[in-house]
Amino acid sequence: MPVASPLPAARPPPPEMDVDLDFDDEQDRDAFSSLDERAIEVRESSDPMSMLQYYRRLLPFKQLFTWLNQDLSHQPSRNFTHREFAFTLQNEAYLRYNSFSDADQLKREVCRLNPARFEIGPVYSAKPKDRKTVQKSGFRPTFRELVFDIDMTDYDEVRTCCSGKGICRRCWAFIAVAVRVLDQALREDFGFKHLLWVYSGRRGIHCWVSDREACELADDARKAIVGWLEVIKGSSNQVKKVDTSSTGGGGMGNHPRSLHPSLRRAIGGDGPASGPLKLAFVDTVLKDQDCFRSRRHWETLLQLLPSTETEAVGRLRTKWESSSPHSERSSLEKWSDVMEAAHRSGEHRSKSIWRPCLEDIILQYTYPRIDSEVSKHLNHLLKSPFVVHPATGRVCVPLDPEKVADFDPESDCPTVAQLLRELNSWEAKNGGGGGKPTSNMRATTASRANHSARKAGQGGGADNEDDDDDDDDSKGRTSASSPRQDWEKTSLKPFVELFQRHCSAIVKETRQHRKAQEKFSIDF
Amino acid sequence: MFRTAHPTDRVNGAASSSSSSSNHAATTTIHPTFNSKLVKPKYQHRLNFYSTPPTSEVTIEEFETWAIDRLKVLAEIESSSARNRSYAETKEVINSQLKRYLPLSANTAASKAIHLDLERRKDHVSHFVLRLAFCRSEELRRRFVKAETTLFRIRFETDDTLERESFLKTLNFDWQAVTLEEKNFYREQLVSVSPRIASTFESETFFKVHWTRVTDLVERRRVFVRGGVAWVPMKEQSSLVLAEFQSRLSRDLELTAKALPRLDEDDRLLPVLSHLSMGFMAGISNDYYANASIAADGETVITADMVDSLIKRHAPMCMRNLHEQLEEKHHLRHYARLQYNLFLKELGLPIEEALIFWRRSFSGITDDKFNKEYRYNIRHGYGLEGRRLNYPAKSCARILTQDQPGPQDNHGCPFRHFSPQNLSSALSRHYSLSVNEQSEILSAVKQGHYHVGCTRLFELTHSKLGVKKGEGLGNGESVSHPNRYFERSWSKFRQVQGEGEVVRLEGEDSNQGEEKVKEDGDHQVDVEMLSLP
Ligand code: SF4
Ligand SMILES: [Zn+2]
Repeated sequence: MPVASPLPAARPPPPEMDVDLDFDDEQDRDAFSSLDERAIEVRESSDPMSMLQYYRRLLPFKQLFTWLNQDLSHQPSRNFTHREFAFTLQNEAYLRYNSFSDADQLKREVCRLNPARFEIGPVYSAKPKDRKTVQKSGFRPTFRELVFDIDMTDYDEVRTCCSGKGICRRCWAFIAVAVRVLDQALREDFGFKHLLWVYSGRRGIHCWVSDREACELADDARKAIVGWLEVIKGSSNQVKKVDTSSTGGGGMGNHPRSLHPSLRRAIGGDGPASGPLKLAFVDTVLKDQDCFRSRRHWETLLQLLPSTETEAVGRLRTKWESSSPHSERSSLEKWSDVMEAAHRSGEHRSKSIWRPCLEDIILQYTYPRIDSEVSKHLNHLLKSPFVVHPATGRVCVPLDPEKVADFDPESDCPTVAQLLRELNSWEAKNGGGGGKPTSNMRATTASRANHSARKAGQGGGADNEDDDDDDDDSKGRTSASSPRQDWEKTSLKPFVELFQRHCSAIVKETRQHRKAQEKFSIDF
Repeated sequence: MFRTAHPTDRVNGAASSSSSSSNHAATTTIHPTFNSKLVKPKYQHRLNFYSTPPTSEVTIEEFETWAIDRLKVLAEIESSSARNRSYAETKEVINSQLKRYLPLSANTAASKAIHLDLERRKDHVSHFVLRLAFCRSEELRRRFVKAETTLFRIRFETDDTLERESFLKTLNFDWQAVTLEEKNFYREQLVSVSPRIASTFESETFFKVHWTRVTDLVERRRVFVRGGVAWVPMKEQSSLVLAEFQSRLSRDLELTAKALPRLDEDDRLLPVLSHLSMGFMAGISNDYYANASIAADGETVITADMVDSLIKRHAPMCMRNLHEQLEEKHHLRHYARLQYNLFLKELGLPIEEALIFWRRSFSGITDDKFNKEYRYNIRHGYGLEGRRLNYPAKSCARILTQDQPGPQDNHGCPFRHFSPQNLSSALSRHYSLSVNEQSEILSAVKQGHYHVGCTRLFELTHSKLGVKKGEGLGNGESVSHPNRYFERSWSKFRQVQGEGEVVRLEGEDSNQGEEKVKEDGDHQVDVEMLSLP
């Protein structure tokens, strides 16, 4: 494929592009100058020519293929060939039921259509593109990753820094704790291993579970997992949205309060035994977001306190009402007022009435809020990793769940424009674009040696030298320091490498599974 | 998904072909490889997960009658849910049905009178016959699985605790008991999931199963799950067993459906099977008693010749009356024709045979007149003319209340529309009832309880078949539809006949017996038919 000439530094934005500027966002208005810059960045990133360049040179199709295929790259399986891809074109046209025989074909079509984004659906019993030629009953979804979607808009009632489409480093903390808790539940409770967390490009995060067992789950099992992970329920006109006494493991009647072990692990015990939710409650809800400062917000808190403790709650109200605006009590102080009220009620009531209630409050403010519809159905479509979010120009990059908290969506996520600039400057430094032919279709593991220690990347890649590629690729390597892939020349590198390691682990397991099966059939 | 072939899947063919062709239940063939596992008696447990097909020879008769008996029970389960019966009510009704049609006694109940193996074999065979009949469509499979699961649940719950335990051990569930160490190690977690067990924790048993087996518990966070394994307390055991039963059965049915074309080679079974499934499709349980009972006659076709004897033996008085009138006058008026035609249709009389029957009965007119004036009418009743509606046979309620007979008419219900004198004389003429017997009926009728009179007549005329006062059509059910009356009478008769007694009903001419003597060879069903995967 010919290498396109470098882009001019800045192109005038095409007038018809919807750049989604969020002028109603307070924070953005404060930083109007940076918004300006960002708007330019968005326009440049979502410019059709930039998009095409990105698809041609940077998007790691081969890794994407391996990830979906779950098997060696030269053996396309039904997991890829029968997989649905849906494209949203620049003009918003939506094309469903596309399927491809391999990574090359997918890439060719993406470059031809130059879509604004594309989504990945399930593996069907027949090739989606042939669906009209097969019987209706012969075309049904059979296999797909278990997926989760967390969107910041569901946190509007608990975050104070942004609202709606906005997101900042501060409210990202809610996402971080959600990832922590979900990741733990999926691994420890359900035993899943291959979880890929992907920044959605604007205000949320997706999780793709690729374990064979997860992919084979029927809708009712997916629904059951959603039920397991759904703690916050109720509409916006309902104040109390968590009631663990009725949602399993409840302390009814004479039985002492008992929280389900999965929730207990998330909340944790006291002091140093605190779990992620408790820590997030203190750091994020009380300290950073100061969620109970305004009257509207602390009124909510009072309503969540035990309804039987009218006297104590009344005292708290009087205290908070009487404080003058300049000596207004912070959320942290208000919470310690609450704790003190609990304490004063005596040991029995503090334990049996206050504590469960306070734990419910912690859950309500910090427990993951997943978009359950996305997860419940086998045939849901979800945006592919590494596509570009049209409103931000940011690439949907995979993140290491251990480091999600350190990720700043506003500064750590590369945009298309930025990546193309990096590519240009690398080529300017290293003898321009004519240096050598580039094939995005051939990935390499060679570059792991000079892996840059970006936040989102993990330590090294030593655990899986031989797994994701076959030998033909490794033979042609020159040296570790000269990148062969365009993405290696940009800040996309650590993200692709993270993705690559993830794919390798999946492929490895597929291989082991196959070996075990072969052995089984011989034995049999 | 992989399913390793069970060794027995292949053994059955061999077992059947090597066995002698015998006609009786007693000759069961056990393949040598089974001896290590299955020692006598053949069925060690009352309950059955039906994971292996029957290995013994089955006669055509067993094949049909056993299946029909099971079908009756399943039908009652379906209609219970259609009627919104509570589970407790359903259980009660089904238990009494089971006693009648498909008894299954505990090991402890073994005695000379109860042949455990026979009961269990009937249960086993009938299940597999119905699998064949119901695997053909998604809808049938779903309904069959649902009804069978309920049946299993009822039996499971009534099983003797010890026998149940030892039965469960044989199933090789890959659920594993949680060891004492594990249990104690996770004590806090286990108790926090089900606080109620705190006091009995020491004696509580937990099983480990894959979490997808208990999705209902997972969804409500009612179980401890670790690494994909759910730790299910004993008290939730039955939900586990049932889920297992259900999922295995659905899986097996799909496999059977795929393998079914093999069965087409045996054309003796197909009509039986399709009749069985058609009846089930018809919905309400009672609807297929008619089809099923007639189908079970061995031949699926009732002929015009058979109508007379069937009516005289099994029909309720209203139909008997119409039949007698037709015989006598060679004619019936419009509403009478309508009532009788639909009754015969529902009985299973095919349209061709119906036309023959009516043509013969209307002996006083020319073919031309018959074709012009009546043929259309009869075909219309079968939904073959005009708006082509599928008219149902009239129920007692309709007969009693609609289209009241005028002075020239014979239709209607004798209990309601006859004068007491006429009713009394008809009762003695057709049924030779004594004065005492008659007065019971007449007094019920006097109070307006026409169906009570009709039900009592059923009891009296079937007393020699063991029907006692108060039993009605069975379990105290009263007459509500002439076709139900007919079917119960017919199946009562079959049942007794099947036990080898020759019983003649009241009012039956002595030379009426249309049973065919089948050749012995025809009676054998290749058991391979039941061994589909
Ligand atoms: S009660 Fe119904 S079934 Fe019985 S004779 Fe009267 S009409 Fe016929
Ligand atoms: Zn924010």
